[in-house]
Amino acid sequence: MNDEVSSNVMVLAEHTGMQVSEGTYELIGKARELASALGGVTEVVLLGRRAVAARLDGADIVVSVEHPALEEYLPEAYEQALLEVLAQRSPRLLLMSNATIGLDLGAALSVRWDAPLAGYVSALEIDGGAVMATAKILGGKVLAEVELPGERGIVTVLGGAFSAAAGQLASTPEVVDVTPPAGLDALRMSLRQVFEADGGDVDISSADMLVSVGRGIESQDNMEIVLELAGALGVPLSASRPVVDAGWLPKTRQVGQSGLKVKPKVYLAFGISGAPEHLEGMRNAELIIACNTDPGAPIFGVAHCGTTVDLFDLVPELVDKIRG
Amino acid sequence: MRIVVPVKSVPDLVEEIELTADETGIDREYLTFVLSEWDAQALEEALLLKDAGGAQVVAVGLADDPEIDQILYTALAKGADAAVKIADASVAGLSGPRVIRTADRAALLAGYLADQPADLVVTGVQAADDLDGQLPATLAALLDLPHVSVAVSVVAAGGSVTVRQEFAAGRSHELQVQLPAVIGVQSARQAPRYAPITRIRQAQQAGGLTEVAVSPRAAGAGLVVRRMHRPEAGGHAEMLTGSAGNVADQIVGLLRARGLVKG
Ligand SMILES: Cc1cc2nc3c(=O)[nH]c(=O)nc-3n(C[C@H](O)[C@H](O)[C@H](O)COP(=O)(O)OP(=O)(O)OC[C@H]3O[C@@H](n4cnc5c(N)ncnc54)[C@H](O)[C@@H]3O)c2cc1C
Ligand SMILES: Nc1ncnc2c1ncn2[C@@H]1O[C@H](COP(=O)(O)O)[C@@H](O)[C@H]1O
Repeated sequence: MNDEVSSNVMVLAEHTGMQVSEGTYELIGKARELASALGGVTEVVLLGRRAVAARLDGADIVVSVEHPALEEYLPEAYEQALLEVLAQRSPRLLLMSNATIGLDLGAALSVRWDAPLAGYVSALEIDGGAVMATAKILGGKVLAEVELPGERGIVTVLGGAFSAAAGQLASTPEVVDVTPPAGLDALRMSLRQVFEADGGDVDISSADMLVSVGRGIESQDNMEIVLELAGALGVPLSASRPVVDAGWLPKTRQVGQSGLKVKPKVYLAFGISGAPEHLEGMRNAELIIACNTDPGAPIFGVAHCGTTVDLFDLVPELVDKIRG
Repeated sequence: MRIVVPVKSVPDLVEEIELTADETGIDREYLTFVLSEWDAQALEEALLLKDAGGAQVVAVGLADDPEIDQILYTALAKGADAAVKIADASVAGLSGPRVIRTADRAALLAGYLADQPADLVVTGVQAADDLDGQLPATLAALLDLPHVSVAVSVVAAGGSVTVRQEFAAGRSHELQVQLPAVIGVQSARQAPRYAPITRIRQAQQAGGLTEVAVSPRAAGAGLVVRRMHRPEAGGHAEMLTGSAGNVADQIVGLLRARGLVKG
């Protein structure tokens, strides 16, 4: 146990098998910047796959815990292992993704490690020694600038907020092994099965252009008009999560954090508000054109062109003009 | 099996959000509040568990939340067996811009669950106004229970539940989780059921809400909100104006210029 808080910034690596997530590099890049402002170094926690350490060359130190329960992500196992690492290393800050793993662990570690947590974070800096974060709340309609008081903190970061390139450097991190805590042998949950993504009829992530539809479409019957537009343009129809959850389009058409990342030449968004989880999947499209009747919709923060014309007026006009 | 479903109202995001004069919170006075959409999914998943094998479903809200009575009556109309309001006015910090104190909310709910234990707690994976964390994991840590968030299916299996946890790009894990446990629901196996207005009225007339006082568990250190603000209106989007026909012409022009529409 180490009671002295270090000035180090720690990142939890996310990986499926040997593949490190893009978000991990985004966090490492940011951690390097923060660590240098604090006078510390960047530590990356790597659970269950020591061999991945070679791919974490943006880290100064890789802290590895090996145990069969950590081979794939398992919430309770990760939580126990991280608590052990936090107790031993006492970082100034822990950064995680604001996706499934961060949503699982961030708040639990905040209670159990007794550190404030800021979630949905899109900007992060050290200001006179204090950790300042900007969080997107209310679906991205409000930005909250918060300070994490005290001598340690946890931040879960939205995907795409920081540069991944800054976390990919040619260096050789030192690997420190931490003995797995005994709790890993007495877990209250187990992993039964891993399901890989289903292959879809079309791959929206390779399309040049997408017509994308959100909850503004209101009903399954109304889907007809956007299907017609996609048909006229000869491009796939994609959607935000609620449209997929409602069963109006298959999961393979979902854009966003829990769907697919897309980068078409043109992304046409109809009735999509632009929640952070959606933006994560499409903000890098070359040209984003958004139609939303709410002028305050966050989608206009990433769109290149926007209109507040009603989609039910605009879509039929588009179909007519494209069909000529 | 006793299933507790914590529910919460959040500002309806269709509306313009106004900030308080000191810009550290949301001006709640003129906002419309609705049930958090993920809590609606959690309630549905709990009701599906009840439909499948019998369970007692209890919806629990905080008494001072806007629209909470309507939300709880709706839960009863949908099939919840009981609805409970936790008196919360006494808790410091909850009367101000409390949208940001998920930790306080969890402290109250953990107090309730310590008095009235549940076999399973299912609640929304997050709420739109969470800032200092999400309820499921906070609650679980306060109660020392196992927890899983971003669940898209929860099925009872004896003294445990089988939970499907979702990751990016359609990957998911199937977990076996011992009860008692806390699950954060992303989406239910089917779209939330509809409660006919007549059933909601019946529930209101029957008046089945119980109010309880609890001793909150200690909540952890919170954040200090320095300032809230709205993102710059319009961001960097160039706004296309005119009639629907005009706007359509402009959009088609942009697509033509990129060779994505012929002619
Ligand atoms: C862990 C997690 C993962 C998630 N993953 C994803 C994901 O991968 N992808 C995703 O999309 N979401 C995801 N979400 C959900 C996300 O938070 C939002 O709830 C979702 O993106 C909202 O979808 P929407 O914009 O279609 O709906 P809403 O937010 O309801 O927006 C509908 C919009 O339509 C507009 N509108 C209404 N009528 C009209 C009209 N007639 N004409 C024009 N505009 C109109 C409204 O002004 C509104 O802005 C995730 C959430 C969580 C918690
Ligand atoms: N029922 C459907 N669900 C999802 N996508 C569809 C559906 N029907 C058509 N599409 C897609 O919409 C686009 C236009 O289809 P079509 O109108 O059949 O030419 C194509 O990319 C189709 O794959």
